[in-house]
Amino acid sequence: MTNVMPSQSNAAPLPPDTAGGISVEVHDLTVAYDRKPVLWDVDLALPTAKLIAIVGPNGAGKSTLLKAVLGLVPIASGWVSVFGSPLKAARRRVGYVPQRETVDWDFPVDALDVVLMGRYGRLGWFRRPSRADREAARHALDRVGMADLAHRQISQLSGGQQQRVFLARALAQDADLYFMDEPFAGVDAATERAIVVVLQDLRSKGRTVVAVHHDLQTVPEYFDHVALLNMRLVAAGPVASTFTRENLQKTYGGRLTLLDEAAEAVRRGSPG
Amino acid sequence: MSELLRLITLQDPNTRVVLLGTAALGVAAGLVGSFAVLRRRALIGDAVAHAALPGLCVAYFVVGDRSFPAFLAGALAAGVLAAAFVAVVKARTRIKEDAAIAIAIGGFFGLGIVLSRIIQNQPTGNRAGLDSFIFGKAASMVGSDATFIFAVALTITLVVALLYKELKLTVFDRDFAVAQGWPALAIDLALMTLICVCTVAGLPAVGVVLVVALLVIPAVAARFWTNRLPTMLLLAALFGGASGLLGTVLSATLPAPAGVLSRGWPTGPLVVLCASALFLVSLLAAPKRGLLADLVRRVRLRRRIAIQNLLRDAYEHLEPRGDFGAAFRAADLGAGPAHHDEPRRPFERAEALGLIQSAAGEYRLTGQGQAAAARTVRAHRLWELYLIHHADIAPDHVDRDADRLEHVLPPEVLAELEARLEGQVPPGVPASPHALRGSALS
Amino acid sequence: MSFTIGQFLLADTSLFRLGSYGVRADDVWIVATAIACCVACGLVGCFLVLRRMALLGDAISHAILPGLALAFILTGTRSPVAMFAGALAVGVLTAVLSAGLNRFGKVSEDSALGVVFTTLFALGVLMITFAARDVDLDPGCVLYGLIEFTPFDTLSIGGLELPRAFVTLGAILALTLGLIVLFYKELKLVCFDPALATTLGISAAVVHYGLMTLVAATTVASFEAVGSILVIAMLVAPGATAHLLTDRLRTMLLLSALIAALSAVMGYALAVMLNTSVAGMIASVALGLFIVAVVFSPSQGLVAKALRQLRLGLRITREDLLGLLYRAHESEASAPLAHEHLLHRAHAPRSGRWVLALLKRQGLVADDPARGLVLTSRGLDEARAVVRGHRLWETYLATAVGKDPGRVHKPAHATEHFLSPTLQEKLSDELRAPSDPHGKQIP
Repeated sequence: MTNVMPSQSNAAPLPPDTAGGISVEVHDLTVAYDRKPVLWDVDLALPTAKLIAIVGPNGAGKSTLLKAVLGLVPIASGWVSVFGSPLKAARRRVGYVPQRETVDWDFPVDALDVVLMGRYGRLGWFRRPSRADREAARHALDRVGMADLAHRQISQLSGGQQQRVFLARALAQDADLYFMDEPFAGVDAATERAIVVVLQDLRSKGRTVVAVHHDLQTVPEYFDHVALLNMRLVAAGPVASTFTRENLQKTYGGRLTLLDEAAEAVRRGSPG
Repeated sequence: MSELLRLITLQDPNTRVVLLGTAALGVAAGLVGSFAVLRRRALIGDAVAHAALPGLCVAYFVVGDRSFPAFLAGALAAGVLAAAFVAVVKARTRIKEDAAIAIAIGGFFGLGIVLSRIIQNQPTGNRAGLDSFIFGKAASMVGSDATFIFAVALTITLVVALLYKELKLTVFDRDFAVAQGWPALAIDLALMTLICVCTVAGLPAVGVVLVVALLVIPAVAARFWTNRLPTMLLLAALFGGASGLLGTVLSATLPAPAGVLSRGWPTGPLVVLCASALFLVSLLAAPKRGLLADLVRRVRLRRRIAIQNLLRDAYEHLEPRGDFGAAFRAADLGAGPAHHDEPRRPFERAEALGLIQSAAGEYRLTGQGQAAAARTVRAHRLWELYLIHHADIAPDHVDRDADRLEHVLPPEVLAELEARLEGQVPPGVPASPHALRGSALS
Repeated sequence: MSFTIGQFLLADTSLFRLGSYGVRADDVWIVATAIACCVACGLVGCFLVLRRMALLGDAISHAILPGLALAFILTGTRSPVAMFAGALAVGVLTAVLSAGLNRFGKVSEDSALGVVFTTLFALGVLMITFAARDVDLDPGCVLYGLIEFTPFDTLSIGGLELPRAFVTLGAILALTLGLIVLFYKELKLVCFDPALATTLGISAAVVHYGLMTLVAATTVASFEAVGSILVIAMLVAPGATAHLLTDRLRTMLLLSALIAALSAVMGYALAVMLNTSVAGMIASVALGLFIVAVVFSPSQGLVAKALRQLRLGLRITREDLLGLLYRAHESEASAPLAHEHLLHRAHAPRSGRWVLALLKRQGLVADDPARGLVLTSRGLDEARAVVRGHRLWETYLATAVGKDPGRVHKPAHATEHFLSPTLQEKLSDELRAPSDPHGKQIP
């Protein structure tokens, strides 16, 4: 416990292969739910044009990290920048694939409608999607292999198909940086393959993908970079050097009990 | 009867305006209600409506006379207060939204009763038209009131049309909207404001207790007919408008019940019951999500399963002989799941479909029947094989599991199965992976 | 039920003047009836609040009206038994219909309730309007109730003339109390952990529908005296108020009953004073008490939370000041430490001045003519604990959490105020480090 911290968790200096620039920088980020910190002082700098996995046990704060970066949950302290500027200035360059369970799939829209929502950001207030937006949405559906199901109501899609619709919606955003919250959760093998192909295609076009990922076995195969998280950042860097047995043991080998206790003390000590 | 004629032909200018007012209101409520229902905000309207009563009374105290716009302004202020009360209680305390709504309904309405009785006790006090607000009496509206409501309803409709895209996105996926940079909270507040305005505008016609029905019922009814939001909005507007129109016409034309103190038929309940009737029709008869359609689908599926089981049993009975055109008797097929309550019906239906032929108590598979049987057995066995190889289920258990699912496997899944099992099964019907039930030779 | 709203209004001004009435016995009966009703509702309501079924109570109390009308149209009498049966049946029907609509029609729970209760209420109003020539049922009565008239409708029991409403509501209260005492364990389990209850063989569904029936019975028995609006308020408000005041079910039930009774008494007194509706006033008081609890509840209230926030802010300022003084003491800086400089560094120019004055009064800080502000020996002890927490946490962040030692100061500065002595001991045991990442000694 008293060894010197791994150099990967340091924001600077950057590993050599990130010379292309930094997509996301997280500085001293602490996030609390119901006053209790769930992420402590995370420092993270992610490269561009890479597929990056966020890995860690249940309750490690993986989704929370994404949501905090996207401004979906309040930040207790620290700051976040995207492509070197505050998130607000870079919104147009950011795409998002939320967890599938976060929406009501009985909502009366079809697959194309959902994908079209990806274009709303650039449309702005009051303007309706144009023919070009429709084309873009159709193209995005085609890229995830769902062109045939464009007019199917979303509750009549399988879990994998729903996930592909969400992915297509993010593609329709035409962003430079994508945040994906468990894109592979509960999908069939065919969908998993399709998603991987899309991700690799994005990378080849210089886009960056940050995905919360559960399946440790596929991390080296699917991703270039990895960030290991368990309430605090354990390590981050290229998969080859970071995704090691030692780091995984640190990530999954139980939580830091004192961190838990301190979190509880902060919760009890703060008024709601 | 002549009065009805006058109404329908809109000869009386006052009636014409009142009818237009209630119909426009129904349209607006249908639109706003659709979003409210989808956002699970349906019953906030109830709190807003009940809270309107003290607002009306305070407006009366302030203005000192029956003034329609002042009444609506007072009701709106109180309604917004109630909505804010619910929001604050929900956000800042451990009390859940449902309890907060119920407290707002009971508490604010109680306060309203207290105030209205105080008004009544004043020497100059009459109910100041408050009564018509509680149960709704469109007929007591004058032309200018109705024009006002028409204008409000029109504004609501325009705002919904303008904000359609933003409302749809925020209601469906709030997180995504925020991530895209939309001010979800402001859009949410806009929806709440629309709900409040719509509820208050509906009070004179439908009344405090029932106005929430105008928001909820047309929207829920419309949802049964379609899976597309624009169609749902259109239908909800249509149902709402029709209910408003019909209820008002009925209230004005039905012969008043003969009671000493009877004041004619109240509009509110009639409007609501028109909407309820539309809802009932939708619930039962809607082609996609209606109960009858569901029932038909279930019956069809059961019949298809019965016929498929019959074909499969026949196929497996004939399989050892290698002659699928041979004759068999019903008794040969044992007592599989196909032959429960009405043993003869599947045979009759299969024969009517040209899958089997009967002669002298014996049956034969027709050519078409043999092909169908082969398809069924193939699907069954592919699924069994898949379960054994990929889901790790013991061979003697797969028959039951396969039995349940094979009938609902869509073609693309079957294709996927074949792809998965590639190389493991020959083309055509694979051999059964387990001993067949019932001896085929008996 | 024998008054139409018209007669009611008439009675209100001429026949019924409480101020000059002078018969105190009537007041007592009215208050007693109100208390019985409110307490019965309040007790059941605790479970509605906890089970998140508050709106079902609302829907059931609206469904009373069609139940009454139906009973009258079917039997042709206004016999209490028929009325009770009709209202109870429609009340339970509301629950069943909305649950069915939710399950089979895929309509969300709240929308299903909205559809069912408004439809039934509308039917009720129409049926009553239709039957108006035969019976004096008035929707208004059902909404507002006629508690002012309870003393005039009496029953003779064992030679005693008792108001009928009081007898009915007393019986319902006794029944409610009995059921709660009898099934306390089961109710508690179903409220807090329905899944566990089911594994223990307590059917959540049975308890659910049992509760529904009890709500319906209470509602039906109450509405005639107090009207359905008061029932809605009393079913939820006292339970919710009590829930803001305690975490224990037993205390919550007791408090809810007390709050309900208090609402009844205060509501009646205020109504008499202002010469207005008793039921309406009781509901208003219940709402008022709820708002008071929202604002002033010692544990949950908005004021208590704001006070805790303020106290925390002051404590943080105090500890920051002590920490700064300790570090000055440690470095033995020769330059005298001035007030302004210290307050600036503690980021609390205004509250800091006040806190500093308090520290001096408490004898923790003193003005030394030569060195400026200094810690007394007692101040030194307290300051040492603060700095110790800070440096322990810095060390923990740098070693166990793996942060850059150059960036641990700020996070530790935020957390140091929450590290209790026991937590500090645990940290110290685990770290066994004599100095922090910056090489400073951990005191």
